[in-house]
Amino acid sequence: MKYVDEYRDGRAAKAIAAELRTLVRPGSHVKLMEVCGGHTHAIYRHGLDALLPGEVELVHGPGCPVCVIPLGRVDDAICLAERPEVTLASFGDMLRVPGGRRRSLLEAKARGADVRVVYSPLDALGLAVAEPEREVVFFGVGFETTAPATALTLLRARREQVRNFSVFCNHVLIGPALRAILDSPETQIDGFVGPGHVSTVIGTRPYDFVCSEYHRPVVVAGFEPTDILQAVAMLLRQLRDGRAEVENEYGRVVRAEGNPAALAALAEVFAVRPDFEWRGLGAIPRSGLRIADAFADWDAERRFEVPGARIEDPKACRCGDVLRGLAKPYECGVFGTACTPEQPLGTCMVSSEGACAAYYAYGRHRRVA
Amino acid sequence: MCLGVPGQILERLDDGLAKVDFTGVRRTVSVAFTPEAEPGDWVLVHVGFALATIDEDEARATLDLLGEAIAAELEPAGNKLFQEGRG
Repeated sequence: MKYVDEYRDGRAAKAIAAELRTLVRPGSHVKLMEVCGGHTHAIYRHGLDALLPGEVELVHGPGCPVCVIPLGRVDDAICLAERPEVTLASFGDMLRVPGGRRRSLLEAKARGADVRVVYSPLDALGLAVAEPEREVVFFGVGFETTAPATALTLLRARREQVRNFSVFCNHVLIGPALRAILDSPETQIDGFVGPGHVSTVIGTRPYDFVCSEYHRPVVVAGFEPTDILQAVAMLLRQLRDGRAEVENEYGRVVRAEGNPAALAALAEVFAVRPDFEWRGLGAIPRSGLRIADAFADWDAERRFEVPGARIEDPKACRCGDVLRGLAKPYECGVFGTACTPEQPLGTCMVSSEGACAAYYAYGRHRRVA
Repeated sequence: MCLGVPGQILERLDDGLAKVDFTGVRRTVSVAFTPEAEPGDWVLVHVGFALATIDEDEARATLDLLGEAIAAELEPAGNKLFQEGRG
C-alpha cells in the first residue's frame, strides 16, 4: 500500500536501530513515552522493542480513547441504550468494555437494547434520518482525532434539522493528559513520541509547553516501523545534545498549525468541561469536551437523564497503573488469566489500541530478559 | 480509532463528500476538512473523514532520510551498491 510499505523497509529499520545504539550512554536508562496507543500496537506488532538498545524503556501513554473512559460513563451509555426509544450507535471498540456492574454494551444488546456499530458518526446520523421514529444517540469517544468528525456531524444535524439525533459526548483532549503525566511525581518521562494523528488536527504547537515548562523533548511520529524508530533516534539526539524541542517526524501529514477547518469545527460545536474523569488518571482539569450550548438540542446528556455515577475500577485490574506507565501489562495479576481479549476485565485489554491487548496479541506475556 | 488509513481521491461528490479508493476498497468519505484535496490526491482518513492531505514532497523527504540511513549503515563495509541502485 502506498505511504505504508515504503516505511516498513527492514534495511532502513536495522540501520536506524544501529544508530540508536550509538546515541545512548551504555548503562544509562532512558524512559520514553509513546503517547498514542496506535504507536504501542505498531511497536509490538513489528517487534520494534527488540530493536531498541537495552538502555531505552518504552512507557505506554494514555492515548487510547477506549482505555481512558471511566466505568461510570460506560454505565451511562448502557443506561441510554436501555431506554426503549433509543438506538445507541457506537464505534465497535466500545461494545465489549465492561461497565461498573461488569456489564457491557454488547450484553445490553443481547438483552434487547438497540445497540449498533457504526464506522463513522455520519453513519449514525444516517440511521437517524432513515429511522425517524427512533432516538439515535451517538456514543462520542476519542481525542482530537475523532472529535472533528463528531463536530461536523452535529453541524450537519443542525443544518438539516435532524431532531431525533444526539451525541453522548466523551471526547477528551491530549494536552491536559500530558500535563497530568508530567505533573505526576511517580512517572518520570525523559521524552515523548507525540501522537501522529491527533497532531494532524491540533498541529505541533500545543506541545510547546512540554519543552518550555518541563524541558522534555517531543517528536511527533507516524505509525510505520521506520517512523517510530526515527522518532526515537530524534529524541535520543535531543537528549544527548541537551535540547528540548518539538520536532515533527510525520511531516507528510502533520503541519505545525494543524488542520484549521477541523479546529474551527471543534471550537464551534464543543466547549471545554471544567474537569473530566479519566480512568487511572482521575479528574483532570479542562481535559474533556462537552457540547456547546448552541447545540444543546443535540446533547444526549441534556435530552436524557444519565446516572453520572463515579465508579471505582475493579481492584484486581491494574489498567490505571498501566495507563500511567507505572506497571507493564504482564505485571497485572489478572493479565492473560481472568482478563483476556475475549473476557476483558479492563479497558486496556478491550481496545485495539490498549497496551494489554498489544502485549497479549503479540506474545509479550512476561518480561523479556 | 485513532488509526488513519491512506486513500486516494477518485472523484469529488456533492456536499463535501468524495469517493476514495483504499487499495481496492471504495468508500464515500467527507473531505470537508481537506477542501483543497483534488482527485488523484492522497488523504489520511479517520472514521470517515479525511483529516489531512498527504504531502508528496514531505513523504519523499522522509524516505530519502531512510535511504541515507541505509547507505550510512552499508558504507563502512564498502558496499555502495544499494546507494547507487537506489535511483
